[in-house]
Amino acid sequence: MRKFVKTTLAIVTLVAGFAALAVVPARALVEIDINKGVVEPVPIAITDFLSGDAMGTEIAGVISADLRRSGLFAPIEKNAFIEKISNPDVTPRFEDWKVINAQAVVTGRVTQEPDGRLRVEFRVWDTFAGRQLAGEQLFANKDNWRRVAHIIADTIYEQFTGEKGYFDSRIVYVSESGPRDNRVKRLAIMDQDGARHEYLSDGRSIVLTPRFSPQRQEITYMSYESGNPQVYLLQLETGQRELVGNFPGMTFAPRFSPNGDKVIMSLLREDGNSNIYTMDLRTRNTARLTDTNAIDTSPSYSPDGSQVVFTSDRGGRAQIYVMGADGSNQRRISFGDGAYSTPVWSPRGDLIAFTKQSGGNFQIGVMRTDGSGERIISSGFLQEGPTWSPNGRVIMFFRQDAGAAGPKLYSIDLTGRNEQPVPTPTFGSDPAWSPLLK
Amino acid sequence: MRRIAALTRNPVAIALFAALAVAGCRSQQQVPNTAADLGLGGGAGSATPGSTQEFTVSVGDRIFFDTDSSVIRSDAQATLTRQAQWLNRYPSYSITMEGHADERGTREYNLALGARRAAAARDFLVSQGVPANRIRTISYGKERPVAVCDDISCWSQNRRAVTVLNGAGS
Repeated sequence: MRKFVKTTLAIVTLVAGFAALAVVPARALVEIDINKGVVEPVPIAITDFLSGDAMGTEIAGVISADLRRSGLFAPIEKNAFIEKISNPDVTPRFEDWKVINAQAVVTGRVTQEPDGRLRVEFRVWDTFAGRQLAGEQLFANKDNWRRVAHIIADTIYEQFTGEKGYFDSRIVYVSESGPRDNRVKRLAIMDQDGARHEYLSDGRSIVLTPRFSPQRQEITYMSYESGNPQVYLLQLETGQRELVGNFPGMTFAPRFSPNGDKVIMSLLREDGNSNIYTMDLRTRNTARLTDTNAIDTSPSYSPDGSQVVFTSDRGGRAQIYVMGADGSNQRRISFGDGAYSTPVWSPRGDLIAFTKQSGGNFQIGVMRTDGSGERIISSGFLQEGPTWSPNGRVIMFFRQDAGAAGPKLYSIDLTGRNEQPVPTPTFGSDPAWSPLLK
Repeated sequence: MRRIAALTRNPVAIALFAALAVAGCRSQQQVPNTAADLGLGGGAGSATPGSTQEFTVSVGDRIFFDTDSSVIRSDAQATLTRQAQWLNRYPSYSITMEGHADERGTREYNLALGARRAAAARDFLVSQGVPANRIRTISYGKERPVAVCDDISCWSQNRRAVTVLNGAGS
């Protein structure tokens, strides 16, 4: 059972399982093997949830859009539906759904509690096995109806893939507007599907590379607001900002440790080179992890916190290195033809996403943590900055095509399939994916 | 024509462009860095000695780098030597040395590269007698291009270190 804690917006609570219809802990009869190179999307029928207003239809729409964008599901057009659901608690007529090739049917109802909260009940039915796969009810403040829809989409995703979903998550990124030689850059945050977009800074100073805390409603980023470019923390609930440390030189390329208690980043040395440091956010203690006459930057922790992957040009050209979290055993892992940078450790721990420059192009790729098995999943004129979905299945990055006025965000499946633009009101760069919301 | 649009943002480059347009057949044994190199020192309006305008136009306020390099090229050494002479003559100026990178690198790496370029240019000025405490450095990475197009004609202008005079001199 997932419990919700207070978020910036409101309180949501979730109660798993209907008392009357206990959930059979079953997996879908049709399972999706998401490790296969080519996946035939599963046809699924998302019926409008019953409600006294448009909310039921809107929730079904958000669920459908999430599942479609994943590339793993093919929501069926509503006008093909034969059975009209009038009571979502009654077993649907599976024959009517099998005729239109729906592998699963989702039904639901939205009502309002006396205290004003929404109660959203839903059931997922496996049409070919002829049984219910999931049934849950969720309670949420009305403002959070989209999160309810994303949680339902995550439940469906998990039923069919056996892995956690990623739809109930957010993106923080750099919104870019204005001419290329005088760009206005603002921090912005939105749901992973682009909804509920908000700006977090006013654009008066350059801001770059925002990243989510894995544990709290907090981001770290780099800003020029003091005149000296430095790393900051921003509390999303209060808007409170704070400088990370009191370093003499530029600090940049920040990321949190997996438990959220440290920030790891680059610090510019007086001689113009950059080394990697950590700062403990409670004790304020700093530690130096690298000490080279080279550029050492873009550090990213392994999910267990034991190792750090980073970029260094100590060998002449930018390459990817791994070290222990205390700076021990620094070793190069990228050996391909080109320059490698922006390594990011997968939340599953088994892969590292990176940006590679070769042949005049920029590529997004993944490799195993020992550098083997390099695979390019996207190539373009100028693209960089991969970030992982919370379940490690999808990578988001930004790309600027030759001749384009600015960069845009894209998501792509780990397999290199299903590249999708991520809608933003302006140009966008430096996306960072949140963990699943709590 | 994108290149021309880009060049109009840079006063030095305007003078350079105008000079090339007028004296297109002039032989170029050295890469001209300033209007002064082209004999235009007074042509663009006589700059007051010790003024920001003189520094920018006649001395040359910027140097350029090769791809992914912070090595001070010989043409850049000539510019920085003139800058050092001028700064030593007008000691009331402090300066900010801005390091920049072109777009053909990733954002964080280019912040580091811009910083390294700014430090290299600062160190050269210090070697020419400019006190280090008059020089502050800052990197803008690839965030502040002066030339915007998607080929080398712009990238080569963006790989630069720019010496910005702080405040008015005496």
